[in-house]
Amino acid sequence: MTMPFDLPEAHSVHAPQHPPAAVDDAELTEKTVFGFWLYLMSDVVLFAALFAVYAVVGRSYAGGPTGRELFDLWFVLAETAVLLLSSVAFGFVTIAAHEDRRQATLRWLGATFALGALFIAMEAYEFHHLVAEGAGPSRSAFLSSYFALVGTHGLHVLTGLVWMAVTAFHLARDGLTATVHRRLGLLGLFWHFLDVIWIVVFTHVYLTGVL
Amino acid sequence: MNPIFGKLTLEDIPYDQIVTMGAVGVALLGALGVAAAITYYGRWRWLWSEYLTSVDHKKIGIMYIVLGLVMLLRGFADAAMMRLQQSMSLAPNPGYLPPHHYDQIFSAHGVIMIFFATMPLVVGLMNIVVPLQIGARDVAFPFLNSLSFWLTFSGAMLVNASLVFGEFAKTGWAAYPPLSELAFSPDVGVDYYIWSLQIAGVGTLLTGVNFLTTILRMRAPGMKMMRMPIFTWTTFCTNVLIVAAFPILTATLALLGLDRYVGTHFFTNDGGGEQMMYVNLFWAWGHPEVYILVLPAFGVFSEVVATFSGKPLFGYKSLVWATIAITFFSFVVWLHHFFTMGAGASVNAFFGIATMIIAVPTGVKMFNWLFTMLGGRVRFSVPMLWTIGFLVTFTIGGMTGVLLAMPGADFVLHNSLFLVAHFHNTIIGGVVFGMFAGLNYWFPKAMGFRLSEPLGKASFWCWLIGFYIAFMPLYVLGFMGMTRRLNSYDNPDWQPWLVLAAFGAAIIAVGIACSILQIVYSFWKRDELRDLTGDPWDGRTLEWATSSPPPVYNFAETPRVTEIDAWASMKAEGGGMFVRSTPYYDIHMPRNTAAGFLIGIFSIGLGFGLVWYIWWMVAVSAVAMLAALLYRLFQEDIAYVIPAAEVKDIEMRRLEESGQS
Repeated sequence: MTMPFDLPEAHSVHAPQHPPAAVDDAELTEKTVFGFWLYLMSDVVLFAALFAVYAVVGRSYAGGPTGRELFDLWFVLAETAVLLLSSVAFGFVTIAAHEDRRQATLRWLGATFALGALFIAMEAYEFHHLVAEGAGPSRSAFLSSYFALVGTHGLHVLTGLVWMAVTAFHLARDGLTATVHRRLGLLGLFWHFLDVIWIVVFTHVYLTGVL
Repeated sequence: MNPIFGKLTLEDIPYDQIVTMGAVGVALLGALGVAAAITYYGRWRWLWSEYLTSVDHKKIGIMYIVLGLVMLLRGFADAAMMRLQQSMSLAPNPGYLPPHHYDQIFSAHGVIMIFFATMPLVVGLMNIVVPLQIGARDVAFPFLNSLSFWLTFSGAMLVNASLVFGEFAKTGWAAYPPLSELAFSPDVGVDYYIWSLQIAGVGTLLTGVNFLTTILRMRAPGMKMMRMPIFTWTTFCTNVLIVAAFPILTATLALLGLDRYVGTHFFTNDGGGEQMMYVNLFWAWGHPEVYILVLPAFGVFSEVVATFSGKPLFGYKSLVWATIAITFFSFVVWLHHFFTMGAGASVNAFFGIATMIIAVPTGVKMFNWLFTMLGGRVRFSVPMLWTIGFLVTFTIGGMTGVLLAMPGADFVLHNSLFLVAHFHNTIIGGVVFGMFAGLNYWFPKAMGFRLSEPLGKASFWCWLIGFYIAFMPLYVLGFMGMTRRLNSYDNPDWQPWLVLAAFGAAIIAVGIACSILQIVYSFWKRDELRDLTGDPWDGRTLEWATSSPPPVYNFAETPRVTEIDAWASMKAEGGGMFVRSTPYYDIHMPRNTAAGFLIGIFSIGLGFGLVWYIWWMVAVSAVAMLAALLYRLFQEDIAYVIPAAEVKDIEMRRLEESGQS
């Protein structure tokens, strides 16, 4: 019987007929990308739990403000656009890296970083604004779950920014080595993944919150 | 609040509590003794380079098991104290443990046994065995593996720190709100609980990712999914559960933490909080967790029963599919932990029936094991004794579980000692017996010498008899209406049963002593017990195809697999895989690194700072962890080469020693 994940016979580089290659970058990359996908799936579960929590207590206003009163959809739309554009910019990082153009890769990384940082700044402004209005995370279960969900996404973006800075440094120092290529690939997966999560946040939290 | 010490003051160290200080004293003396011995024998450098910084899955597995056994001792000490307390605390006698202390003990007992005793034992066995069983050089991500261990270690150390600094949670191991909220548990106990589990949980999640990648991507040529050894299969399913379930626990504890630290209202009584949401989330992780623990034990029994019956496992495919079915169903039964929530008849009926259905694949496995023994030449070695003890004990535990699956019956027995008896019946009879079977079975593979049989048998009989005497009375007490977690009681009819249970715990203590003695004695007699063949039990799977202990690279030449029991078929064809002259090749192996160790140790500081609101310590530890991670990310020289000539030397020496040349 054939199962998913049955490997082709000649898959392993350690197969006896070939002496193993020095450090097989292709195999390492394949393994690492696979493992990173698994990690992303676990992150999906983490967000799923937070979405579920929002679904349960997202209307528990405890006499406090509701989403309709608090959310400025145009502002959030702009935030969304910034994040999506940063994903587009990362697309150009991938193309430039694929073509082994170091300077272009760095430039597009810079653009992605700037857009990501702008997104974080807008989110920080929004959070600050809410807290200043007396709609902080301890006001009601609705706001607790809102801050936890959006904040967790924001923390992920922030982590992505740190990672991006480190990789940019690595790239500037060593050039487009196999390691840098691999890490750029993983970072790309992560960055686009955060877009997908944000789309759900935008619909599930902001749009349905205002409707 | 003090900027240097946060909430921590001298009053938080319980000098006046003799029991606590005694435990601390014993632990410190033990640690000092070990440190003195290492210094005396001049083994610090060896410890550092061979274990602490090792990325070798076998070494990491051994460290997990040492951690698990040490924490098992601590968890058992808690259990013994509870049994002693309840055997004497019939009113007006208050017993020797005040409620404040007793409540910490039952919480710590549960947390330690689940997270820091059985989990490390399970992950330890996975580490030692799985790469060998699939013919791989190591796991997919050796550095992550080291990091996973050190994060788990860090979590365990935080729990232990609560003995000396402050106190542990008094909420029970599940830490249900609103009791675990700041309003009702203003001390640091719940914070210790949250941070130790969060830190260890990250380690466990990384283990899940690592082993899934290893099993799916690194099997020897020819080893299709349906040719994998059963232990590898059950490990695979366990890791699927880890990746799918642990993030839920992470999220849940993070929300509880936010309630306590930031003042949010997820699970509070006011502000629109919802306590039952915590309970649902907790068990959405918690039920898969029990299968995370027991599936690898099922894998151990499958390997043991086939080896010691001298024939292939009966119904390999049915056992694999039963495991997959359990993996799936483990996610749709969580509500049976709280039928009394009041979700209504339809919801309760759904979860009750789902719970009964999950007993079916488990029953299938029972018959797999029984029919494997049928017609086999059964050798009653220590691992086999544990397996037979499991077959009987786990069946009883499973049946009381089906009884509890009926919502009507559960309404009566909920939170009673009947429940306590049930889950100990499955966890001890299943997981603990499985771990002892696995330890005895794979010990020679990991260490190079067998464990003494007579002492192993003595340990088994004490555990088995002690278990029945300790836990059967709890079923009776459950029917008599005794609820769990009672510090004292006023019903004289209960006391004789509680005294009997305490007596059973004493017999288990003798069993534990026999186990310790077994390890010490076997180490002393290690030359007589040495396993030179690499295959002491006439095994069937690939881990027995290499030497004991295996060389760092596991296999000089990657085996080719054509059947389910790869090693058994190689032996049947004659000779085995090593008695042939092939050219040897250079082997590339990952180099040791201190990064995992350092990140783990710094994370203790992170957790401790968070528990006590020592913010400078949090910041310093976080920066140090990040620095260690960056150091690792920029390390270039992370692999080394074992030249073909050296591989040949190692292999030739091994053939000479085993007398096969």
